[in-house]
Amino acid sequence: MEPEAAKLIGAGLAAVGAGLAATGVGNVFGSFLESALRNPGAADGQQGRLFIGFAAAELLGLLAFVVAMILIFVV
Amino acid sequence: MAADAGKVDPMKQFLVEPLFGSETWEIAGYGIAFTNSAAWMAITVVLLWAFVFGGMKRELVPGRWQMAVETFTGFIDDMLEANIGKEGRKYLPYIFSLFMFILFANLLGLMPVGIIPGVHAFTFTSHFTVTGVLAVLSFSIVLIVGFWKHGFKFFSLFVPHGTPIWLMWLIPVIELISFMVRPFSLALRLFVAMMAGHVLLKVLSSFVIDSINGGAVFGALIGIPSLTLMVAISALEILVAGIQAYVFALLTSLYINDAEHLH
Repeated sequence: MEPEAAKLIGAGLAAVGAGLAATGVGNVFGSFLESALRNPGAADGQQGRLFIGFAAAELLGLLAFVVAMILIFVV
Repeated sequence: MAADAGKVDPMKQFLVEPLFGSETWEIAGYGIAFTNSAAWMAITVVLLWAFVFGGMKRELVPGRWQMAVETFTGFIDDMLEANIGKEGRKYLPYIFSLFMFILFANLLGLMPVGIIPGVHAFTFTSHFTVTGVLAVLSFSIVLIVGFWKHGFKFFSLFVPHGTPIWLMWLIPVIELISFMVRPFSLALRLFVAMMAGHVLLKVLSSFVIDSINGGAVFGALIGIPSLTLMVAISALEILVAGIQAYVFALLTSLYINDAEHLH
């Protein structure tokens, strides 16, 4: 395989990570909403934790994006 | 990956170029020309200053403007109260400036100033150097506060309560790595989130332009859905701009909480 082709395939494979991060972020907000509807009184107090979970899940997706960018523009 | 002539290059918007002065202006090898990045930072600071100053009249019955500013200060104050406790008060000026600076920068980068010929919006938070400096600033505050308050006891941060003795060789190493990675993750999150959104918008805009150039059929089939998507993504980007500023401030306050209270 030519190196250029391998680079682009690698960048495309890194995009799988973005999709998985979407699952993660959806899971964070979905679970929050699910339990917030069960107990709306406690929901507001947990918003900080909601965003911490969101940030952690999102970071991994962004790392996949960085990998793709590095493969395309740097390597 | 050089862009062909007539194509939209999604990376060109991130180019830092001197506005006045030239690249030959330098001190000890570092360029000091006034760049578009610096110009947008200056605009951000001026607007932020004007916004906050307009709300500092301290009237007994607040007007709309004062209400808007106090909503932001109250929001950050509540966040610090919830995450750090009463010691969090003294970090309010830093966290508030940080939050508002990032928020204004993110939102200004989304402003459609490109309709004025020759003016290009520039999101300086989409540069790792800028977010990196902000993250290092937060991280140094954590280190300084931690060592100032607790001295060498600060290292007990790396040994959580109830660590079994037979895991003492592993847990501190993991905690140390997760601690040292904080400034990178903090800076990377903001920078990549901003950059990804802007690249996406430019790629979609190239779909619109190229499909319209391709004729009426392509323009209707591809251009119109792409434009609709661009509008939706722009709305999403405004949300992301707020969330990223909030997350940056929130994580900074959590890290400061670690330094204030250890575990």
